[in-house]
Amino acid sequence: MAPASLIDTDSKFDPDDLELRDAVRSFCDNRFRPGVSEWYETGEFPVREAARELGGLGVLGMHLTGYGCAGSSAMAYGLACLELEAVDSGLRSLVSVQGSLAMFAIWKWGSEEQKAHWLPRMARGEAIGCFGLTEPDFGSNPGGMRTFARRDGDDWVLNGNKMWITNGSVADVAIVWAQTSPQGDASGIRGFVVPTDTAGFSAPQIKHKLSLRASVTSELVLDEVRLPAAAVLPGAAGLRGPLTCLNEARFGIVFGALGAARDCLETTIRYSREREVFGRPLAGYQLTQAKLADMTLELEKGMLLAIRLGELKDGGGLKPEQISLGKLNSTREALEIARGCRTILGAAGITGEFPVMRHANNLESVLTYEGTSEIHQLSIARAITGHAAFN
Amino acid sequence: MKIITLVKQVPDTWSERRLDPETGRVDRAVSEAVIDEISERAIEAALALKDADKSTTVTLLTMGPAGALDALRKGLSMGADDAVHIRDDALQGADVTITSRVIAAALLRRPWDLVIAGNESTDGRGGVLPAMLAERLGVASATGLDSFELTGGAAGGDLVGRRSADGVDEVLRLGFPSVVSITERMPDARFPNFRGILGAKKKPVEVLTAADLGLTDLHPAVSVVSVAERPPRQAGTRIIDDGSAAAALADFFASRRLI
Ligand SMILES: Cc1cc2nc3c(=O)[nH]c(=O)nc-3n(C[C@H](O)[C@H](O)[C@H](O)COP(=O)(O)OP(=O)(O)OC[C@H]3O[C@@H](n4cnc5c(N)ncnc54)[C@H](O)[C@@H]3O)c2cc1C
Repeated sequence: MAPASLIDTDSKFDPDDLELRDAVRSFCDNRFRPGVSEWYETGEFPVREAARELGGLGVLGMHLTGYGCAGSSAMAYGLACLELEAVDSGLRSLVSVQGSLAMFAIWKWGSEEQKAHWLPRMARGEAIGCFGLTEPDFGSNPGGMRTFARRDGDDWVLNGNKMWITNGSVADVAIVWAQTSPQGDASGIRGFVVPTDTAGFSAPQIKHKLSLRASVTSELVLDEVRLPAAAVLPGAAGLRGPLTCLNEARFGIVFGALGAARDCLETTIRYSREREVFGRPLAGYQLTQAKLADMTLELEKGMLLAIRLGELKDGGGLKPEQISLGKLNSTREALEIARGCRTILGAAGITGEFPVMRHANNLESVLTYEGTSEIHQLSIARAITGHAAFN
Repeated sequence: MKIITLVKQVPDTWSERRLDPETGRVDRAVSEAVIDEISERAIEAALALKDADKSTTVTLLTMGPAGALDALRKGLSMGADDAVHIRDDALQGADVTITSRVIAAALLRRPWDLVIAGNESTDGRGGVLPAMLAERLGVASATGLDSFELTGGAAGGDLVGRRSADGVDEVLRLGFPSVVSITERMPDARFPNFRGILGAKKKPVEVLTAADLGLTDLHPAVSVVSVAERPPRQAGTRIIDDGSAAAALADFFASRRLI
């Protein structure tokens, strides 16, 4: 039996949401699962093709309304992330960055012209977006960013570097966050909608990754990138701009990481029933059973937390520290589950024949991006102690 | 062009399937009911025509229990416009003479140019329903098509179909209205997208009983007398080749009168 069904979590979902989830699952199993191990091994992920397929399905920006977006519940979006990440975290990263970071930034903070120009094409997967916040020297503390937007008449001129930017090299549009205050005041941070064919913009790809290999990660180089006044996101001022977007994506990861864990666990349960050691199935040994039981328990607990956050989000009141609880738990436990499953698979677990080590490697990135596990601990602890250990 | 696609819900081929020994009918409790794959292809064929000409309408029609609505919803989420669900407890276990009468009566209630069906369902496998419908309605039919296309656009054209059997490739031409059935060689069905799935709930489904169709005296032409399950397979004989295998094999074949 599927581990995620021991406590019948499906009964907590709206039938419409389940239908969308099932559609994503069968689509992913059909279109992406067969090729993913190869993409991972070669480090060549056909982003454009995948984006068009996902756009055709309706996943890109699915929880947004208008502009060709499906307008689903947050819960349905979470479930879609879960199914995507059950195939590969890279696939889910593509959807997170497109829908929750790039599209969401425009949808939430953009002008009517920016929305009408970009969102429908992005929803269809014809235009790919990236989200440039992190810099080489500023990851957990983006408020210190050095990328600077200088006013020149009505224009803006951007200079600086962004690092670790998912889909940077394949993007048609980059949402770039830059400082506009010469004093480096966090309130001076603004977002810019940068067409990637603008002069002075380049995005070299980062090679030699050992994690998220079925995903494109890049550096963004902004060298005197001149933009019209209309390129700024009018609604966003200060760090609240990018952080609001990150919270959208983090919500998807709360569900997504559990998808990777589920795939590991399902694979491992199947394997342990078939693999004979010392003359009988590995699944029948108490040590294996204890591992499988504990991992199943963590997955179920993770699902309950995710569902609760989904209820809060659809109710309109999800707080950052609540998202931190889910992001921390799902990524940390999914990684533990992936590693635990790997031990049960023995040597077979280190090959690409099984998805387990691929998931484990991917989850190292998922643990770190969108706020490291430590930063989420700090956010939770700030909420319960009233003391901020960081600012 | 107005197209009606026939849809059937069947027990999932990938799960256990069984007949109820009492009634001789499909035991619906043991397996999940799904839309027949060949029905999905038939819907795909209709939707491909709709893609090429937006004025085309695609109506799905099924005869089946309440749960068959799921099969219709699947087709509506793929992009069909509306559906007709013939649903009547009295029709349980209907044979193909009854089914063809009922569906023909339903088809007479609305205008259409083309009926597309699968060549045979994965459960009943009669394969004669499309031809029987055409006969009852007095229209042309071409069955078992591997591909087809419309010539001369929506108005006044023909349908040209291709099929192959026993080493012969046939090309058939027929006018409208007509009934065609298609094979597994037709393209795979498209995936429904979110817009389709969410929109399918709002599409109209007309529910009809046999009485609504003016049919009361429905009697099967054939009735199932008995159904017996095949005895479970015996364990095979293992021949180990220690030099005598050839003789043992020959003896085995001879015992079955195969040589
Ligand atoms: C594959 C991948 C894709 C990514 N995609 C994007 C993207 O699309 N867009 C984007 O903007 N960014 C992206 N990132 C960047 C990601 O968000 C950052 O890596 C992350 O925020 C951490 O920053 P850092 O790597 O600079 O680590 P650092 O901030 O240098 O952290 C190093 C360590 O110090 C710890 N630490 C930091 N501050 C504290 C503190 N106050 N107390 C205790 N410990 C602390 C951290 O938890 C961590 O363990 C991506 C990263 C990866 C790996």
